[in-house]
Amino acid sequence: MKSKFRIKGLDCANCASGLERALNKIEGIENAVISFMTERLEIEYDENNKDEILKKVKKVIKKEEPDVTIEEI
Amino acid sequence: MKKKGIKIIISLILFLIALIINFNNELVNNIIFLVAYIIVGFEILRKAIRNITRGKIFDENFLMSVATIGAFGIGEFPEAVAVMLFYQIGELFQNYAVDKSRKSISNLMDIRPDFAYVERDSEIKKVDPDEVKIGEIIVVKPGEKIPLDGTVIEGDSSIDTKALTGESLPQDVNEGSQVISGCINLTGFIKIKVSKEYGESTVSKILDLVENASSKKSQSENFITKFAKYYTPIVVIIAVFLAIIPPLLIDGATFSDWIYRALSFLVVSCPCALVISIPLSFFGGIGGASKMGILIKGSNYLEQLANTEIIVFDKTGTLTEGVFEVQKVKAIDISEDELLKITAYAENYSNHPISLSVKKAYGKEIDEKQIQDTDELSGRGIVAKIENKEILVGNEKLMNEKQIKFDKCKDIGTVLYIAINRKFTGYIVISDKIKKDSKEAIEDLKKNNVKETIMLTGDRKAVGESVAKELGIDKVYTELLPNDKVEKVENLLEETSEKGKLAFVGDGINDAPVLAISDIGIAMGGLGSDAAIEAADIVLMTDEPSKIVSAINLSKRTMKIVKENIIFAIFIKILVLILSAVGLSTMWWAVFADVGVSIIAILNALRVLRVKK
Repeated sequence: MKSKFRIKGLDCANCASGLERALNKIEGIENAVISFMTERLEIEYDENNKDEILKKVKKVIKKEEPDVTIEEI
Repeated sequence: MKKKGIKIIISLILFLIALIINFNNELVNNIIFLVAYIIVGFEILRKAIRNITRGKIFDENFLMSVATIGAFGIGEFPEAVAVMLFYQIGELFQNYAVDKSRKSISNLMDIRPDFAYVERDSEIKKVDPDEVKIGEIIVVKPGEKIPLDGTVIEGDSSIDTKALTGESLPQDVNEGSQVISGCINLTGFIKIKVSKEYGESTVSKILDLVENASSKKSQSENFITKFAKYYTPIVVIIAVFLAIIPPLLIDGATFSDWIYRALSFLVVSCPCALVISIPLSFFGGIGGASKMGILIKGSNYLEQLANTEIIVFDKTGTLTEGVFEVQKVKAIDISEDELLKITAYAENYSNHPISLSVKKAYGKEIDEKQIQDTDELSGRGIVAKIENKEILVGNEKLMNEKQIKFDKCKDIGTVLYIAINRKFTGYIVISDKIKKDSKEAIEDLKKNNVKETIMLTGDRKAVGESVAKELGIDKVYTELLPNDKVEKVENLLEETSEKGKLAFVGDGINDAPVLAISDIGIAMGGLGSDAAIEAADIVLMTDEPSKIVSAINLSKRTMKIVKENIIFAIFIKILVLILSAVGLSTMWWAVFADVGVSIIAILNALRVLRVKK
């Protein structure tokens, strides 16, 4: 399953790629891509654990980049 | 951003006061420097502290904080302030550039309709385009955007498709015309019967596609983020060694001297400029392309396009118009008009493109009462009875089968032979027209280092070869079934060199499998064709093959800028690192290697946005 988010508050492209790496390490996430230019986060994940995975995503973002917010689109 | 700008200006003024006026009192000077530093650097220090508690030590806020505090520590006050100040100026400039290019892309894509006037219960209501259903009637006034795809049921107008196609000539529409959302209605009132919901409308699909494009990353982007991942830790580790080891091992080496060199390393260790300039270039390239009516689905495709080695074209609808036209009428014993009329009557009930073209050439109303009987013989032609005459219209096979003596026509195209009451009365040649920019496009592709141009067609050998010859195409494969096309492209894919790419250009209707297996699938005439938008990697909104040349040129320009940035930034950074290590460079140079390079790389990347229309 794929979900798209608008991701706001990223300082720079390097932070974006760091966060992208961290998100890709989450178990259950097949692929996470952040586009710094369009402020988009796209994740592909196991549908069965949707809630749990999204919780983890938010947790990782809070840890890596506390100023960043996401909103599903 | 404004707040940050004000802080920078205040800090810069204080910094210059202390630097230029110089109060001849070190304490006063240093206090001014410190104040300037705190004004501009507080935010960075705060983030740095927050990040240490999270274990992120290679974070740029942390590195900048260490570099500047270290500089204070060894008494280099002006340097400390300068590093922080210029770092912030660089950041501000970077934000400005990113913002600017985001804006210019969204202006470019300013095709999203905000409302629709829909006719409900004989009243006209203003609603969100999202709420309009298929089959409802919408009214579009002059000057408004067409909000949904549909068919004009009332009114004449001309519409501006420039935002979608890059085509500056307005297009005339009237009753029965298909119109596409995102175009602007220019001159008249039109009523449109909606054929697609907003989410499925062309405008939504295009917006979605462009917004998603930068999620598919190019190799250059991946390279640079990987580079950044290793670069920063390596430079920081070297900096630590530089600060500690030489003073312990080398006679006469002082800590303050070597710490100064190490701090320069920390300043140069931030990779952000490099990292931002690459996606910025691709983003600009994709935006510029959409301005020309070329939709590119990912940075990776924009990157690969520059390495196109083989271009494979489908013939019909791609290099040719895909519209059959009567080219020649040759009548024996009767007038040409008469022959055309009889043929049109015989073909009246057929919907074959050939029949349609004959009827179109005839152009007059057909009196069906005169047609007594018609029978289609598959693969051969038609036998009809019109005004008690037996009419045969068909190919050579039909004539041979019915044992009719005829003069063979050697023209290129589809030939219809006609016999009235078993007597040969003439022939009609029908063929597809070559698009007016096809030839030029092929020539230009060759000038742009495309090694081979190939055409695939299901059409007859004679037709295919004559088109290929006229266009100057290198190789042509004819009489192919759809599966054969897939096989041919698979074979050709093996002929490309390691870096070279194969692009396939088709109209997106029957060639989805070929578009999918090619390195770069290019679909033409995407306007209104969902199949094309889905299947291809690059969608040309218009029918012009010359757009492929434009796309390749844009790709090359983008790649040149990307390479310039990578080489320039890495070269300067490494040069300054080496000079700092041996003590030939100052911290001022390190600031340049960080902020200066950043600004230059971004300015260079922004050049991509400037696309000639």
